[in-house]
Amino acid sequence: MENPGNARNYLTAREAGLVSCTTCGKLHPAGVKTCLRCGATLASRDTQSLQKVWAWWIAGVIAFIPANTYPMLKTATLGSQSESTLLGGIVELLHHGSLGIAGIVFFASIVIPASKFLAIAYLALGIGRPHRSSAHLRHQVYEVVEFVGRWSMIDVFVVAILTALVQLGSAASIHPGIAAVSFALSVAFTMLSAQSFDARLIWDADKDQDQ
Amino acid sequence: MEHALNFAHNSLGTDLTDLVACPVCDTLHRFSTIPQGGRGRCKRCHHVLATPRPNAMTRIVMLAITATILMMAAISFPFLTIETHGLRQQASVIDTILAYSDGLMVPLSLAMAALIVVLPLTRLTAILYTVAPMALGHHPVRGATRAFRLAEYLKPWAMAEVFIVGVAVALVKVGGLATLTIGPAFWAFAALVLITILQDNFMSSLIIWKTLETRGTT
Ligand SMILES: [Zn+2]
Ligand SMILES: [Zn+2]
Repeated sequence: MENPGNARNYLTAREAGLVSCTTCGKLHPAGVKTCLRCGATLASRDTQSLQKVWAWWIAGVIAFIPANTYPMLKTATLGSQSESTLLGGIVELLHHGSLGIAGIVFFASIVIPASKFLAIAYLALGIGRPHRSSAHLRHQVYEVVEFVGRWSMIDVFVVAILTALVQLGSAASIHPGIAAVSFALSVAFTMLSAQSFDARLIWDADKDQDQ
Repeated sequence: MEHALNFAHNSLGTDLTDLVACPVCDTLHRFSTIPQGGRGRCKRCHHVLATPRPNAMTRIVMLAITATILMMAAISFPFLTIETHGLRQQASVIDTILAYSDGLMVPLSLAMAALIVVLPLTRLTAILYTVAPMALGHHPVRGATRAFRLAEYLKPWAMAEVFIVGVAVALVKVGGLATLTIGPAFWAFAALVLITILQDNFMSSLIIWKTLETRGTT
């Protein structure tokens, strides 16, 4: 009796001698280089995928460091100046008593970026190696990473909104800090890293293992 | 293994157009087995392959037009007003983008403009350009495939709904210091988020690609 979830029950396009277009889904005989339907470049597996993933990943991690150490916001109120970093801003929200919002910002700007880096590294390192965790699990990790990435932009938007809003002359004014730029770059690089990942590689490992 | 091989022999010789490979795990499926109004999921990884809906093209066009109008409102009206010690300041999306317009912040200002305004509008225009002629029963316009590829590529970079959560966070951050009022643009953005969710539900890109191909001349 065969297990219905067994990978060898499924025929992939590559095994059938076909190449599928990841943009529009059209199938072509192996060896065709550009999609006849949408014009995208075809590759049965994107072999350069991992190099691109790592390149963007490293850029993302590098940009994430100044994002945390430099000030995100510069506030001037009645002659006094103060600067706050990402973490500082969250602590401030906690002092205001807004636990929920502090939670959202902490999650979106610290927990999500950090776990995204870990998750992408975990997936990329797992390619081409026998795996203890199932492809289903790793695929779920991948889907979460893809879905959640853009939400890290919240804090950049908050800084922009505050800067636009709080321009009340000498009473109070807010200016963006350099961390806002590096944070935005870090989020964009990590999104590009996740997008470069060829998800089919995750499933190939599963198949090799079953045979 | 035997089952899989049978499948291969039966299908390959005849018709490649009915076959669909899952973009996530590369498993082959038959497009014709996906029921109208249903949700065709990949047997192996459960990725949604296609969601055929009756009158999908017309609905997509209507939703895209609504989204474009809401977008215009969301950009031009203020979304927050702040008041303290008799001073009053309004912020619209345009103000927010210009907030970064000095010195080092210029590149960020451009990125903000792109994420909140330019990319979402470009995407909507590209969708309308591709789908509207087909919804009216005509052949796709010249360059429709390129336009739709652009729309697909821009999907993760259109961040209107992330922006609205940002407004909510900003509201709380300054809420203690001054009186804040939500402006009309806030509600336009909220409606825009709902429309985007509905549109993603109706827009099955696989089906649009197939229709483009069968009706297409370019
Ligand atoms: Zn294609
Ligand atoms: Zn699949």
